[in-house]
Amino acid sequence: MRLIQGNEACALGALEAGCRFYAGYPITPASEIMEWMARKLPALDGTFVQMEDEIASLAAVIGASWAGKKAMTATSGPGFSLMQEHVGYAAMTETPCVIVDSQRGGPSTGLPTLPSQGDVMQARWGTHGDHAVIVLTASSVLDTYVMTVKAFNLSETYRVPVVLLLDATISHMRENVELPELEIVERITEAEGGEDIFGNRAFFPFGVGPRKVVTGLAHDEKGKPETSRGQVGERLLKKALDRLYVDRDHIVSYKNYQAGDAKWLILSYGITSRPARAAVDKMREEGEKVGLIDLQTLWPFPDELVQSYSEKVEGILMPELNLGQLIMPAKAAIEGRAPVYPFNRADGKLFTPAEIIEAMREIMYNGKLDQTAILEQRRNGK
Amino acid sequence: MNIKELARNENSEQRFLAGHSLCRGCGIPIMARTVLNSIDTPVVVVNATGCLEVATTRYPTSAWGVPWLHVAFENAAAAASGVESAYRSLVKRGKLPADEKVTFVVFGGDGGTYDIGLQSLSGALERGHRFLYVCYDNEAYMNTGIQRSSATPFGASTTTSPAGTKSFGKAQQRKDLTSIAVAHHIPYVGQSSISHWHDLSQKVKKAVAKDGPSFLNVLSTCQLGWQHEPREAVKIAQLAVDTCFWPLYEIENGRYNLTHRPPEKLNIKKWLSTQGRFKHLFENGNEDHLAAIQQQVDEDWERLLERCENDKSYFEPLQETNQTTLSAEA
Repeated sequence: MRLIQGNEACALGALEAGCRFYAGYPITPASEIMEWMARKLPALDGTFVQMEDEIASLAAVIGASWAGKKAMTATSGPGFSLMQEHVGYAAMTETPCVIVDSQRGGPSTGLPTLPSQGDVMQARWGTHGDHAVIVLTASSVLDTYVMTVKAFNLSETYRVPVVLLLDATISHMRENVELPELEIVERITEAEGGEDIFGNRAFFPFGVGPRKVVTGLAHDEKGKPETSRGQVGERLLKKALDRLYVDRDHIVSYKNYQAGDAKWLILSYGITSRPARAAVDKMREEGEKVGLIDLQTLWPFPDELVQSYSEKVEGILMPELNLGQLIMPAKAAIEGRAPVYPFNRADGKLFTPAEIIEAMREIMYNGKLDQTAILEQRRNGK
Repeated sequence: MNIKELARNENSEQRFLAGHSLCRGCGIPIMARTVLNSIDTPVVVVNATGCLEVATTRYPTSAWGVPWLHVAFENAAAAASGVESAYRSLVKRGKLPADEKVTFVVFGGDGGTYDIGLQSLSGALERGHRFLYVCYDNEAYMNTGIQRSSATPFGASTTTSPAGTKSFGKAQQRKDLTSIAVAHHIPYVGQSSISHWHDLSQKVKKAVAKDGPSFLNVLSTCQLGWQHEPREAVKIAQLAVDTCFWPLYEIENGRYNLTHRPPEKLNIKKWLSTQGRFKHLFENGNEDHLAAIQQQVDEDWERLLERCENDKSYFEPLQETNQTTLSAEA
C-alpha cells in the first residue's frame, strides 16, 4: 500500500506498461508526469526529452514509436489543442502512442488550473478528418494506473493513438493504492507477427523488415501513398474504425456500482463518478434504487452497454464537468428508451454528492430537472 | 534620469501597479517597472503566458495600468504584430492621430521566448513590426514548477534535468537568443539585467526610438528555481554580470557595444555557489563540469569583446524596406 499522486500513478503505469520514451512540455496540471519520467527513465535506459512545445512533443513521440519504442506524452487542454495535427498524423500512419490530457477549464487559458471534463469531444474529434482513436478516463488514482497500462496495451494492439483523459483533481489528488499486477501487451516487431501489412498488429519499426515510407498521405495496405484513388484511403479509415467497433467488448471498460437492480441510473465518468458514488450510497440508505455506471472508455462510445441499461431504468442522470458533451453519443445510443437528463457545470468546481442527490430526486419525483436552479441556489448559499 | 525619477515616472501614469502576486525576491517586477517607466509615450503591453501574466491578473484584480493583451504561450509576438499593424492602419486612415506615438511592448519569459514562442518572435522580427520585445530570462519554466528551458544554463538542476547519479543537471549549453535576435538584422538588440536598472532603462529608451523591431534580453532572478534567499536576488544578478556569464551589451544597427565592463572579471564559481540549483557541481566528481562552464564563459566573453572592439557593422541594417511593405499592406 502506497500513498501516491494521480500523476505519479500515471507515470508508474506508463513505466510498467513498457514506456521507455517520453517527450513533453511543461503545463499545469500535467507537469508531474513529465517530472516523474525525467527522474525514472534514465535508470531504465529510457529516453526523456523536453521539447520546445507540444507540437514538437507529440511529433517526437511518433518518431520514437517508429524507431521502436513505446512512447508517450502528457499535457493539458491548451497543449492538447496544439497537438491535434499530430493526433491525426498518428491515426493516419497507424502509429501506437499514448497522449495523456489532464483537463482544466477551457477554452484557451480558461481556468488554470481547475478541473474540467471539457476535452471529451476534442479527444474524439479534435483533429480534422475521420479517424480512429481510443479515449479512456479514470476516476481514482488506482484507476489512473490501470487505465494508463490499458492505454498502452490498446495502442499497441490496434495501432491507434490512445488518449487518456485525466483532470486537475485526479492528477493532483493522493490516495492509498496497492498497485496490481497487470497483463502487458508487448509490441510485436518481428516477422513472426504476420504479414508486413501497414496497420497490421505486427509493427515493423525502422530498420526491421522492408524499408518504410511513413507520411500523412492516404496510403494503401503497404503504406504506399495513394491519393489518386480516394477509395483506397477510405478503405483504410473504415478498416481502422471497424477494428475498434468489432473489438468493442475488449476495449470498453466501466465500473458497475449498484446499477444491476437500479431503477434510476447515474451515467458518469472520471472525477464526476466520485460524488456520484457517494450519492448512490446515500440514496440506497434511504431505500431509493439508484445505481451508477462509471465509464472508463469514452471512445469508441460504449453504446450497447448504455443501451442495455436504458431499457431497464426509468431515467438517467448525466452529470459532466462541461456544458453537455458525452450526453450527445449517449442520447444517440439510448434513442429515447429512457429520459436522459443533463447536469452540467463548467465553473471549475466539482459536483457535490448533495447536488447530485437533489438533481436525481427532482427527476425521480418531479420528472424534470432545472439544473441551473440547483446550482445557482447553492452558489448563492441558500 | 535617476532612480527616483524613474520610480516616479513623472511623464506618465503608473503602469505596473502593486497588488500582483509575484514572489518576494522575484526579479520580474523590477524588470517590468523599469521598462515601462522608461517609455515616454502611451504604452500597449502584450504578454506571453508565464509568471508575469499569471501573477498580475488574478481575477478579479489586475496590476496593469495600461491596455494589456494576453493570448497564449506561443504567440505574444504574433498577437503584437496584429495590434501594431491595426494601429498603423488606423493611423493611416486618419482614425487615430498620427502625431501621438504609441509604443508596443511585449513581455515574455524564457520559455515563451526561447522555446515555444521563438517562431512567432522570428516571424514578427522579420516582418519588421515596430515594437519592443522584452524577454525576462530567469532560465527555466518557473510558473509550472521549474522545468528546464533552452535558456537554462549547462549543469543547472531543474525538475526535468534533475541532478542525480545518472545526471549532473542540464547537459546542454544554453541557447544564445540574443544572437538569434541579431541575426534578424533588426535595428536594436540589447542584453541587460535587473541588477543594472540604469543600463536597462537606457536600452529601453534607445530601443523604442528605433523605427522597427527591437529586442531586449533581460536576466531576471527566481529565488524558487535558482534556490537562493529572496533578499539576495539583485546581488546574484549582479554577480552574473561581474563573472561575465551575462555581459551587458547592445547591437545598434549591427554594431556591438559593451555597455558595462565589470571592474574585475570574477570566477564563475562566485556566481554558481550562490544558488542551490548548482550545488551538486561543487561535489566530488564534477570538477570537469565546473571547468567546462568557466571555459565557456571565457570563450564567449573573448568573442564578445572582439566584436565590441571592432567598429564594423555585423550586418547591413534594414532600411525602410520592411516598413514600407507593411504600410502598403495596411
